[in-house]
Amino acid sequence: MKKSSSRVADFATFGLDPVWSRNVDVPSHDGATHRWHLLDRPATRQDAPVVLCLHGNPTWSFVWSRLLQELSSDFRVIAPDHLSMGFSDRVSPRVYRERVGDVVDLLDALGVKTPVWIVAQDWGGAIAMGLAVQYPTRVAGMVLSNTGIAIPSGRRAPWLIRAASAVGVHAVVTRHTSLFVRGTTLLPGKGLSRLQKKALSLPYRSGNARRGVAEFVADVPLTDKHSSAGDIADVAQRLSALTLPVRLVWGLRDPVFNDDFADDLMHRFSDVALHCIKDAGHLAVLETSIASLVETAIHEISLPTQPTHMREADSTVNTLWSQIDSWENDGDIAICDAAAHESVTRPEFAQRVATFAEALHLRGVQRGDRVGVLVPPSIDLIAVVYACWRIGAVAVIADRGLGLRQLGRAMRSARVRHVIGPRRATYAARVLRWAPRALMIGLSELLGAPKVKCVAKVTAPQPDADDLAAVLFTSGATGPAKGVRYTHRQLYKQRDALQQAYNITTTDRFVAAFAPFALYGPALGITTGLADMDVTSPSTLTAVALDDVCRQVGATMVFASPAALANVVRTATSSLPHLANVRLMMSAGAPVPVNTLVNIAKLCPRAQIHTPYGMTEVLPATDISLQELIDVGVGRGVCVGRPVLGCRVVIADLDSTDAQTLVPVGVTGEVLVSAAWMSLGYDSLWHTQYLARPTVSVDGDTQIWHRTGDIGHCDSDGNVWIEGRVVHLIHTSQGVVTPVPLEIAAEALPMVLRAAAVSVGARGVQQVVIVAETNDRVDGPADVELTAGVRAAVWPQAVAAVWLTKELPVDIRHNSKIDRTALGAYMSGVLAGDKP
Amino acid sequence: MKILVTGAGSLLMGAIASDLVRRGDDVVSLQRHTPTFDGSAHARHVLADIRDDEAVAQAARGCDAIIHGAARVGVLGNWSEFESVNVAGSKNVVDAAKMHNVSRLVYVSTPSVVHSGYSIVGDVARLAVTGRKHSFYAESKAIAERMVLMARNDYLAVVATRPHLVWGPGDKQLVGRVVERASRGRLTIAGTGDALVDSTYIDNAVSAHIGAIDALHVGAACDGQAYVIANGEPRTVNELMRSICGAAGVAFEPRYIALALAVRMGWVIERVWPKVRATEPPITQFVAQQLGTAHWFDPRPAREHLGWGPGVSLDEGFARLAQWYALQ
Repeated sequence: MKKSSSRVADFATFGLDPVWSRNVDVPSHDGATHRWHLLDRPATRQDAPVVLCLHGNPTWSFVWSRLLQELSSDFRVIAPDHLSMGFSDRVSPRVYRERVGDVVDLLDALGVKTPVWIVAQDWGGAIAMGLAVQYPTRVAGMVLSNTGIAIPSGRRAPWLIRAASAVGVHAVVTRHTSLFVRGTTLLPGKGLSRLQKKALSLPYRSGNARRGVAEFVADVPLTDKHSSAGDIADVAQRLSALTLPVRLVWGLRDPVFNDDFADDLMHRFSDVALHCIKDAGHLAVLETSIASLVETAIHEISLPTQPTHMREADSTVNTLWSQIDSWENDGDIAICDAAAHESVTRPEFAQRVATFAEALHLRGVQRGDRVGVLVPPSIDLIAVVYACWRIGAVAVIADRGLGLRQLGRAMRSARVRHVIGPRRATYAARVLRWAPRALMIGLSELLGAPKVKCVAKVTAPQPDADDLAAVLFTSGATGPAKGVRYTHRQLYKQRDALQQAYNITTTDRFVAAFAPFALYGPALGITTGLADMDVTSPSTLTAVALDDVCRQVGATMVFASPAALANVVRTATSSLPHLANVRLMMSAGAPVPVNTLVNIAKLCPRAQIHTPYGMTEVLPATDISLQELIDVGVGRGVCVGRPVLGCRVVIADLDSTDAQTLVPVGVTGEVLVSAAWMSLGYDSLWHTQYLARPTVSVDGDTQIWHRTGDIGHCDSDGNVWIEGRVVHLIHTSQGVVTPVPLEIAAEALPMVLRAAAVSVGARGVQQVVIVAETNDRVDGPADVELTAGVRAAVWPQAVAAVWLTKELPVDIRHNSKIDRTALGAYMSGVLAGDKP
Repeated sequence: MKILVTGAGSLLMGAIASDLVRRGDDVVSLQRHTPTFDGSAHARHVLADIRDDEAVAQAARGCDAIIHGAARVGVLGNWSEFESVNVAGSKNVVDAAKMHNVSRLVYVSTPSVVHSGYSIVGDVARLAVTGRKHSFYAESKAIAERMVLMARNDYLAVVATRPHLVWGPGDKQLVGRVVERASRGRLTIAGTGDALVDSTYIDNAVSAHIGAIDALHVGAACDGQAYVIANGEPRTVNELMRSICGAAGVAFEPRYIALALAVRMGWVIERVWPKVRATEPPITQFVAQQLGTAHWFDPRPAREHLGWGPGVSLDEGFARLAQWYALQ
């Protein structure tokens, strides 16, 4: 072992305060006294709660260096090196049971009497779980990361551990060479810095020093005959009796303890939640910052739950399929798919849903099972989703605009048990490992199933209103795709909200040119038309195609995305008689330019034009009609109207990190919304969920709100104005600047087609840069005249530079949400003098 | 207040002395030749070299404050010349201040004391860096700044200012050179010209030093600190040059050379040129790096500690420059 003076120097190099490092002589239950090395980061208070960090194999307490540096000083953090590991004494081989006892010995020697929070990783997690089971009064809660207690059913032990344990290999890999020690540092997703890798192998430089590593691997029971197998199985079996809170933090790029282990643990505890980190790997605790997660876990008293709405008597509940039930003897069209030239009558559709539901039930799809729906937008897709709902299965639906990679990631993170789709999609799901252990159900299989006449005849039991109904992944235009969970109640509340906001009656007939909205048709009990267009590219909708589908269903309502409407306006050359009969035209998903709406209004003179505002998590939140939009005129941002009936909107102070402080009318802040149809929350992201769903007291009424991540303000008429995204705020030395008002001002110049306000420099001193698209389609600095024009337009806001670009970076789906973060990063390079 | 201004022969220091006279301060100006700043008739002149410790001590007698701006600039000359003026000269000023119980000392430094050749993006005034081998000016100013800031004690309050790219009517350093080159069609920009640089209109540089004198006292927030002085309106090098040319009525038609090449050329030229000619070389490594990379700063420290903000915007400054050229 190294002399302690040079070790101190090493510690300082690796970002560890040498003061934290100390040795403690611990009387052991085995009768001897062993010297432990530990990192002990004191708290500001003497009696502060203790966070105990248990590392795995083959690491040492350094793996917690980031947590030690970042965790609030309200906590004392103790990170020991297990015996025979790190800089602790090398002792005779120890087995699992002894290791649990060792930790108790250490706590006793340190005089820690109060229950501790344990943060553990890899085999440290197994030790932590053993401790919690055997000494439940000493553990307050656990944060576990990339660990496991038993091999999840249906799979074998991690191949890396099997390989390292194999006879003849074990000693070579783990002890005689540093292969295992060094290999572990390669497991992370994003990779660690060289310095971190060097630090991890610091105590394991000689074969003798690595003896503990080898013994640790040998103590992993790969068969039932192993000496520790019984102890571990016993702990695993007793975990369900624990009531303490357990939070899981999982790096998804871990070939050892992958998400199967997370899923296994999710089913073993009573108070448990999972947070997945997609870019981190086995050493997620070192790769990413987990301090705020640990703090949240400790502070959080219980998981925020949905406000309990008055439970209605079952007779008044209109299930999502109740309208379909009544379609048995109605010969009208249910759905018309203009792209596929297919159309079904209402009895036919009811039969298809019933048949699918029965077939899924017989295939073993059970209530609560997650079903990945990979059916392309079509009548069958709608039927499959309603069939899933009817039998209580959770439909996992990903927007096809996500692209293959994100789609697969979404399916994988949702851990679907079944996949429904055409043969090609189910093969892909298996080959690309989106759902390696899921049962594949071909669409043809459902179509060929014995016919069931109506939904009422389906034998499967019905779900409860508060059962999970869907996990929706939408295009991550404003961040990575997150799964949003909805219960049945939330979905039918959403249906009712739409019905009420837009006076939808059963005599209405509806055309969806925005695929997800087609799903609402049968729930609303109205005839639905799917426009002939490429759903992944909304701007492929032509005026003729829209008019044609309106003719086929006799549409009274049209729902289209802004990009689709823009193209309709562009391609409207001939007369469009069937569009003229539409009474309601809705467009949402992104801000809709007023010009587009005015032009659409010309095409459908009888229609009221509405643009609802909302997000995957809460939709609709507010609504504004074209007339109102014209009436409010120009303001600070984009006006999205007033909250729809049943929805509340408040604005939180930008400086209030937990959104607890609200601001008065006219002041800019983050938009918070709350409604009965607000989704349950995010899937496998408990920390994100916790941050996004604060409980805020408004006018003496305490409820859960959804943080939209949008910046805006309310005016004195109750209208909400959106000024940008929180992540796109510009923090200048004069204060915070929101991008949208500047963009609106710049776009008022005739030369400017579209503009983006971005920042360069560090928070607090940022400079505003305006990047514009013009008809010239060039890249580079704007000329003197345009620069002066833009500066005058956005005055009194100072602008460091005005730039031109051929094309602003926008999202694929709406072609309108500008990625200001990426643009800002690009401009930072240009304006630092980098070569373009 | 009785204030000693050193180096009042330069544009900035002369303008500072002039403003002090105008507001009624009792000004003593120390420089080598009779100064010509506005109102110099109302100031007492000491014609002396800053290296003359006795003359400096004499001039400081009875003063309440000193603004020390006498310095050797440029790239010509050897280390001992820079060292004797910028370091030893500043030492003379500090000694004089302590000898005569002067309570405030403002040292006019330069942003190049932290020059590294890399971009500076919205940064505060970092500690001056010493140990350069070649840039005698930056090295001597850095040593002097650290020495002056260390000299503060219970009686003497000190502050260092780093005015960044000062320009205005009559300026020969930036405006004069750009206009002269542009009028000959020989304006060359190192790099893309897209780097954001801040600059300082002369009147703002003046008011910053007056603000510093007024804000400075023992125990003040600015005591012992350095501040970058700038307009706080970064512009691309292209826009800055174009605006200067526009004000002077000359065409802005620059040639561009790659930054790496310009830096290498500068390195060679600043070594060879002084041996051949007695004028400042057309390009130096320092200038190439200054104009090829971003240089702009955090305006908050000066605003909060000196209570100073620029009174003349860039646009107003260029309008005044144009007016001045129109009168020439």
